[in-house]
Amino acid sequence: MSDTDTFEAAQTTSASAHAVSDSDTVVIRPETTPEWSRRNFIKGVIASGVTVSGAVYFGPALAPPQPLSAQGVPRLITLNVNGQTRRVDVLPGETLAMTLRYKLGLTGTKLGCDRGECGACTVLISGTTHYSCSTLTQRVRDRKITTVEGLESPDGNLHPVQQAFVDELGPQCGFCTPGQVMSAVALLEANPKPTRAEARVAMSGNLCRCGAYDHYLNGVMRAAGESQNG
Amino acid sequence: MADLIGRDFTPPDIRAKVTGRAKYAEDFRADGMLFCRLLKSPMPHARVRTIDTAEALSMDGVIAILTADEVPKQQGPANNILTNEPHFVGEPILAVAAVDETTAQNAIEAIKLDLEPLPFCLDPLESLKPGGPNARTDGNTIVPREGVKEIKWKSEDFIATDEGKLPMGEPTTEWSYGDLEQGFAEAALIVDESFVTASHSHHSMEPRTAMAYWQNGKCYVHGSSQSQAIVLPGLANYIGIEPEDLVYIAEYCGGGFGSKGGAYPTMAIPAHMSKKTGRPVLMRISRAEEYFLGSARPGFQGHLKIGFREDGRMTAADLYIVQENGPNSGFGDMGSAAGAVSIVYTPHAMRFRGISVLTNTPPRGAQRGPGQNQMATAIEPLLDKAAQELGIDRVAIRRINAPDSNSRYGANQGPITSAHLREALDIGANQFGWAERSTRSGQRTGSKVIGIGVGQAFHSAGSSGFDGLVRITPDGKLHVHTGVGNLGTYSYAATSRVAADVLKHRWENTVLVRGNSSHHLPWNNGQFGSNTSFTMTRTNYAAAMDALQKLKELAAIELGGEANDYDVANETVFRRGNPSRYITYAQAAQQAIKVQGAYSGYETPDEINSMTRRAVEGLVGTGLIGVARDNLERRGTVPALAAGFIEIEIDVETGRIEILDYLGVADCGTVLHPQSLANQIKGGAVMGFGMACTERHIYDSKWGLPGGVGFYQAKPPSYVDVPSEMDWAAVGIPDPQNPVGAKGIGEPLMGCAAAALLCAISDALGGHYFNRTPVVPDMIVNAFMGQEQSHRPLQVNTQ
Repeated sequence: MSDTDTFEAAQTTSASAHAVSDSDTVVIRPETTPEWSRRNFIKGVIASGVTVSGAVYFGPALAPPQPLSAQGVPRLITLNVNGQTRRVDVLPGETLAMTLRYKLGLTGTKLGCDRGECGACTVLISGTTHYSCSTLTQRVRDRKITTVEGLESPDGNLHPVQQAFVDELGPQCGFCTPGQVMSAVALLEANPKPTRAEARVAMSGNLCRCGAYDHYLNGVMRAAGESQNG
Repeated sequence: MADLIGRDFTPPDIRAKVTGRAKYAEDFRADGMLFCRLLKSPMPHARVRTIDTAEALSMDGVIAILTADEVPKQQGPANNILTNEPHFVGEPILAVAAVDETTAQNAIEAIKLDLEPLPFCLDPLESLKPGGPNARTDGNTIVPREGVKEIKWKSEDFIATDEGKLPMGEPTTEWSYGDLEQGFAEAALIVDESFVTASHSHHSMEPRTAMAYWQNGKCYVHGSSQSQAIVLPGLANYIGIEPEDLVYIAEYCGGGFGSKGGAYPTMAIPAHMSKKTGRPVLMRISRAEEYFLGSARPGFQGHLKIGFREDGRMTAADLYIVQENGPNSGFGDMGSAAGAVSIVYTPHAMRFRGISVLTNTPPRGAQRGPGQNQMATAIEPLLDKAAQELGIDRVAIRRINAPDSNSRYGANQGPITSAHLREALDIGANQFGWAERSTRSGQRTGSKVIGIGVGQAFHSAGSSGFDGLVRITPDGKLHVHTGVGNLGTYSYAATSRVAADVLKHRWENTVLVRGNSSHHLPWNNGQFGSNTSFTMTRTNYAAAMDALQKLKELAAIELGGEANDYDVANETVFRRGNPSRYITYAQAAQQAIKVQGAYSGYETPDEINSMTRRAVEGLVGTGLIGVARDNLERRGTVPALAAGFIEIEIDVETGRIEILDYLGVADCGTVLHPQSLANQIKGGAVMGFGMACTERHIYDSKWGLPGGVGFYQAKPPSYVDVPSEMDWAAVGIPDPQNPVGAKGIGEPLMGCAAAALLCAISDALGGHYFNRTPVVPDMIVNAFMGQEQSHRPLQVNTQ
């Protein structure tokens, strides 16, 4: 649990570093270069502004960051997340949900199924809802990514959808809530005054096992009213 | 007293839910954290011959492999942590830890597993036939107090099975009350039917991920559970440590519905792996794994013979249930189902017989309304059938059989605390416009036919004997320590408001302490069995009353006189008749610290649980401590009762059902938190609609492989499957054995909706009774066309 442990683990395994993605799709084995070292990695990270937190948790834990992967895709890429520029080391087969959750510390985006069924991982990419579990991070470079963490105003005021979900007691267990929030935000940006029937269809990509659909829809309709007033 | 009870409020955890700050088990990280994946059985029943892990262990980044031999072996048919004799597809055999998840999964793929296939069973009736397969090598059923046994019925028991009549051989459980023969002799109508209710999964949105690490001799586990305190003994046992050496953190739970009520075995795997590797370990559970090992509701193959007088009164009920139990100890659904019949319809005489048969399908556990809700789906349509034959209105036949507070429950015909199902039916019929809507039954427009339905359900919803703990700190804040858990109903908060009410304390100045066992939490019941509203209002009341008495005594010490001379208001203790003589709660807390003794936790009542005692020991000298065991009077079962009213439109050409309107009515005593009750009534209905029409286990009968391992296959309802607006009501008559009149309610809200929907389907089809749940579209089309159904009578795991 200490830095020493992590460092030692990295030392013992870095000699033959490789990274392998899900076996049914892509296998990447970037070459290990003798020039690579933890020290150089950190220097590079500092120089490039990469967020290191979480980098050891997923996928490339064994692999030194590479300017290019074996498939010729740059691994050190720039993402625009919640209005911030984030430099991050991303494998070609890595999903946006994993990048957000395990490399950028944005755990508000939930993984309910990790295969495009439930919508708990919904984020906005250039204002449109996407299941981040089924979106490759490499495909959204230079796009504007918004997660649930990016909705509050800097002074801590909730987004009208978030406030409406609080007022209508939308969430029960809360696990699907970030996805519900993002779908509602996208809907109201595209259609500020939806009918309840329109809202129902727009939200239908987000499952809620607690069955709080009615309350979420109350929240969407309330937020639509508030948005209009505001 | 009820300044806060019955009013809506903003629960303290909801903001974190809408902002994404709420941390669930998979949201925690620790330095050097490893990832763990499971090697699972690809067969429904097998024995490990050999495991070759050499290649996996030689892979870069693979740190350790944990086998069944390294974890505590569970006794008998209990759910295993890891096993060398898997009893269901997806049962964990071993775990691999690696520096990242991909490496762990690749290592799993590299392990050479040699399994000896063993006979398996998917259908309880097949297992009961002479020479039928057993799910376990030592038998096919669990006999109460005896354990796993083999029971085979005689060939002649199965003579009428092909015609759809349940064989009823030797049961393992049997009880009765009243004179059954007399009851049937008095009956003007006897309904005699077999039925099937499908097993189905829980579909909690949050998979049961866990993360663990060890620090200074203690094991820290971040888990996904409905409950908090009650998890500790079981989880500590799975890990092999004492409960006081376990720190359990579960501030949020992404849905459990019974499947995460207490500790479950996979929760302990990261702890064992962390001990082995010396590093923190996170084990994510995938959606497919959730369908393998995430529990499921047992299906029933059953038979009901019910006698009715001409006025619809139920004179006798004879119930037989064959429960599909999965391979392990399972859950007591069938007994609860029988109990539900006894209280919802109060038959003059009743007999229950049942046998729980082991199958090589997911281990069963409690799911919202375990037993009671299957029963509601089976019996409520039969009530309609009786009403139709007797020429009685369908609400009227329910009213005449409904319990009141003098009714009796179950095998022992024990007392209940209160029941107002008749009032719920009356409120519902009025608010729904039952009489007017009933005239639309069967109306057809093109291919669409209207159906109207009413359904009822029950659950035993209250417990007692747990501990409450409150604390007033020198800054004047009231802290309510709650070990109940947070399953998502906000009842942990609503029931804590009782303590604030007793102490006339502002809610805004009240702090809820919860979610982490190192935060000094008392021994509380879990958030299951719809019990929280009843149980936790009592424990919080008991602790607050103890604090109230201590406040008065401290004021008397400070200002003279007797404790009885004092009262409380505005967070002060004042002398009656002379309100200028007072001390503030802040001063009282300081006084408590000075006086010591029981006032600030130096002494504790003998009767409290050791967990509560440890919690108080951790708080000694920090303020005024109110701590007490709930010794309030409770005689009998606490009935949660619910009625649902529904209008639907069926397209008889496609079998598609559109739910046009739904009203749920709750008999839950005093309403604690109206907005949350509304959400429970409607959300419970959504689950009920899934149970009635879409959700079920399906299996490949040749290989025993499950076909429902994704949302899209197992089909929980989405936004577009349910009405976008629903209606609700509550009876609101206080329960006399609860200090604020509250009873639980969560579970029957699902069953009444499922039953109402099934009744409406039969109504739309002019009185065709499927005797099977779920009713899927092709069954509706077949029924309408007069075609044979594609499933055999009593068949399970059907499409």
